[in-house]
Amino acid sequence: MEEKKGCREQRQLSIYVHIPFCRQKCYYCDFLSARVQEQTKKDYLIKLKEEIRCAADKYQDEIADTVFFGGGTPTLLQAEELSDLLYLIKTSFHVTENAEITIEANPGTISREKLNHLRQAGFNRLSIGLQSTNDRELKELGRIHTYDEFVEGYHAARTAGFDNVNVDVMSALPGQTSDSYCDTLMKVLALHPEHISAYSLIIEEGTLFWDRYGDNAKVLEKYPALPTEEEERKMYQMTDTILEKAGYHRYEISNYALKDKECKHNNGYWERKNYIGLGLGASSLYENTRWKNTDTMEAYLTLATEQFVCDKTVLKKEEQMEEFMFLGLRLTQGVSMEKFQTEFGRTIQEVYPGIVEKYIGNGLLNVQNERILLSKKGIDVSNLVMSEFLF
Amino acid sequence: MAHIDKSKIRNFCIVAHIDHGKSTLADRIIEKTGLLTSREMQAQVLDNMDLERERGITIKAQSVRTVYKAKDGEEYIFNLIDTPGHVDFNYEVSRSLAACDGAILVVDAAQGIEAQTLANVYLALDHNLDVFPVINKIDLPSAEPDRVKEEIEDVIGIEAHDAPLISAKNGLGIEDVLEAIVAKIPAPGGSDDNPLQALIFDSIYDSYKGVIIFCRIMEGTVRKGTKIKMMATGATADVVEAGYFGAGQFIPCEELSAGMVGYLTASIKNVKDTAVGDTVTDADRPCKDPLPGYKKVNSMVYCGMYPADGAKYPDLRDALEKLQLNDASLNYEPETSVALGFGYRCGFLGLLHLEIIQERLEREYNLDLVTTAPSVIYKVHKNNGDVIELTNPTNLPDPSEIEYMEEPIVSAEIMVTTEYIGSIMELCQERRGVYLGMEYMEATRATLRYELPLNEIIYDFFDALKSRSKGYASFDYSIKGYSRSDLVKLDILINREEVDALSFIVHKDTSYERGRKMCEKLKDEIPRQLFEIPIQAAVGSKVIARETVKAMRKDVLAKCYGGDITRKKKLLEKQKEGKKRMRQVGNVEIPQKAFMSVLKLDSD
Repeated sequence: MEEKKGCREQRQLSIYVHIPFCRQKCYYCDFLSARVQEQTKKDYLIKLKEEIRCAADKYQDEIADTVFFGGGTPTLLQAEELSDLLYLIKTSFHVTENAEITIEANPGTISREKLNHLRQAGFNRLSIGLQSTNDRELKELGRIHTYDEFVEGYHAARTAGFDNVNVDVMSALPGQTSDSYCDTLMKVLALHPEHISAYSLIIEEGTLFWDRYGDNAKVLEKYPALPTEEEERKMYQMTDTILEKAGYHRYEISNYALKDKECKHNNGYWERKNYIGLGLGASSLYENTRWKNTDTMEAYLTLATEQFVCDKTVLKKEEQMEEFMFLGLRLTQGVSMEKFQTEFGRTIQEVYPGIVEKYIGNGLLNVQNERILLSKKGIDVSNLVMSEFLF
Repeated sequence: MAHIDKSKIRNFCIVAHIDHGKSTLADRIIEKTGLLTSREMQAQVLDNMDLERERGITIKAQSVRTVYKAKDGEEYIFNLIDTPGHVDFNYEVSRSLAACDGAILVVDAAQGIEAQTLANVYLALDHNLDVFPVINKIDLPSAEPDRVKEEIEDVIGIEAHDAPLISAKNGLGIEDVLEAIVAKIPAPGGSDDNPLQALIFDSIYDSYKGVIIFCRIMEGTVRKGTKIKMMATGATADVVEAGYFGAGQFIPCEELSAGMVGYLTASIKNVKDTAVGDTVTDADRPCKDPLPGYKKVNSMVYCGMYPADGAKYPDLRDALEKLQLNDASLNYEPETSVALGFGYRCGFLGLLHLEIIQERLEREYNLDLVTTAPSVIYKVHKNNGDVIELTNPTNLPDPSEIEYMEEPIVSAEIMVTTEYIGSIMELCQERRGVYLGMEYMEATRATLRYELPLNEIIYDFFDALKSRSKGYASFDYSIKGYSRSDLVKLDILINREEVDALSFIVHKDTSYERGRKMCEKLKDEIPRQLFEIPIQAAVGSKVIARETVKAMRKDVLAKCYGGDITRKKKLLEKQKEGKKRMRQVGNVEIPQKAFMSVLKLDSD
């Protein structure tokens, strides 16, 4: 066995911190997040800090080069609470000088003072969940903010010194038209963020939208309809055309960035770098072992840190190969054939005979510079292609 | 074992219309005769297939032997053979009847005589059985025992004035039935000393014992060691075990002699050696002639059955072979389909029979099947004088070679309450029925007689009948013969390629409608693929209907949050799993259930 041969040059680590709180659940959201009592937040922070200390002890040989505070709405916490957490991470883990440190923010929760404070504390990348510039659409999504509040927050972030900002937008929203979506894109572009995440709405089970628009939903006229397939397609193509023209390149299925402004943290997920998730329901991958923290708040708060880990799986060779393929293909640069061979000792063609050829044949995959990547058409039906790489 | 006095044996069966309480009465008889205590009784002892219990119908004939101490102080041996009620299983009924000397006719006190009551009772009379009626469900508020008694006497012409009035469900009047069995069913004839002559009425396969033959001994005696010979197949074997039927178990005994019903095992491994209806005799001292056996049944409905997983083809063959042993009315022969690969063209008595076999193959033999649209047997008269019996539409010769075609016609009797006559006549009209006449059985009930093409009733006629009469119509049919008809082959083209497994024969006048429905259905069943897929129905080179499956344009999971990839992987796995259940036809992937969707064309 050629163990770990050339697996990584240096021992890098990404850290994810989950803040599972929000002021109000958005109607489409199926993430682990909820409205809670102030006391629960306090208890949570105490436990989270304990988990951070505990984890830091285990990863003393690692250099953390990205930190990501996600949610929920991390900015629902006080600026002091957030900077405390980051301070603890910086002092207990080895976080590199130029690490990418992101925090997600809801436009309804960011004051000038808070942003200043966060920037001072060391957060250097801000990801703002805008979704739409149309207030009617925002209301329909159950968002707690208006477009004006977002613009205010955006400028405040710039003033505070955030020079790496992402804005989330969404298409295929109830009542949305290609015109209104175009308007959203244009207004966002006018602000020149470094990064834009553009998602197409998916109606997930267990959300309010599922009840309204899901497979078994009753038809109720009082809710605006979802766009037709044609309209939705138009929006989808518009995203690519407009953003590429404005100088953003699509580096992942739903993510666009200016040069060198790709989100390093998220790229780590697709490249299967080591990452550890801290907090309720957070996922980790470390040296081909995956696990997840409990997603029950009570368990998280009461159990010892070693006890709330669930679903610990040591990935078999096949599973590693599967992940290498279907995660790697999310990136527009695709997967490296050479890297695959170095890691697994066999070529992609050997492991998946005929599959790459088949999809090159029908124009869904391309090969460029020793990399296999999805074509533009392939991105649209990526699930179909990716599923072929499962055993 | 003490010698059994033949005059104390009663071999009988119970016949009834479906749902009139035949199996429940059988249970009560078994219970009251003390073979089982009430506590041991599982509801409906004789229906021992899971499928039978679930559907509440009897599919296979089952036998049981019980002992009854009659009021005259004597002990009688009852051999009760339960029979299926549905019209599709007439053959099974016929087999059971041949093993009996008499029959109990069960009639529902509220519903009275129904189509299958008649069919089954005539079948019993044909076999020279003594039939006595029993009026069941007298506890129902709507029960009218006197009216029903009169009906039995008027319509069937058997005496009914002293028919026991019972409620099998509540155990009411069962004693009367038991006494009537003793009094009215004749004891078997035959002599123990004559050469062995036994009728095979069923058989099953046991992996330890080999074939187990169910037989009625007509003449002579058989015991362990007897060298037996099957008269039709010529196979010989030494009897390893002889015995009779307990409830759900085999009870070995020393010998079976004339008049008895029981089983034999003889280490017979080849299921084909023991044809149901054959006569078993002593190889060293054979009887002169075989018993008449049964009229060979002809399959009425055919369809292709294919293993979902092509590698399971040998398993399907084994399963069919074993099922056929248990169900002689099933026949099959290998065929190949461009779309579905290797499989079998199977013949059935009717659509219910088809469904039952399909379910049994799936449940008992753990097979995943793809079934093609059912077809009847068409007679194709070619220009050169040849006549082909066509069971697979794909084999239809080129129209230029065909002079004309014939299709099977049935005589149907539909009993219905008068208020639904109109809607039932309308239904028969839609199905190309020819009205023959109508008789009133009483003021509110009538029998409609129609001639109907068999291919119009094999799909869903029964369901349509029930829904249009709120369940009040009953139906029975028998094959009348063939009649010339304007038939065409409807082909289905998917992405401009003909899919052989989807072709079927249809009357010219209904081809347009059928084609349109078929295309609509397939459009719903075939998932979007990378390109647009035209679905066309064509007669010859003429396209008569078309639908389009739009190209798949989007299949992306946009968000993958916080490094939690498990959900994404699950979604991809599901997709991969779905792909396995697809059949590749040309470059289109067709889900297996699409092939079967044509069965349900008229359901909506």
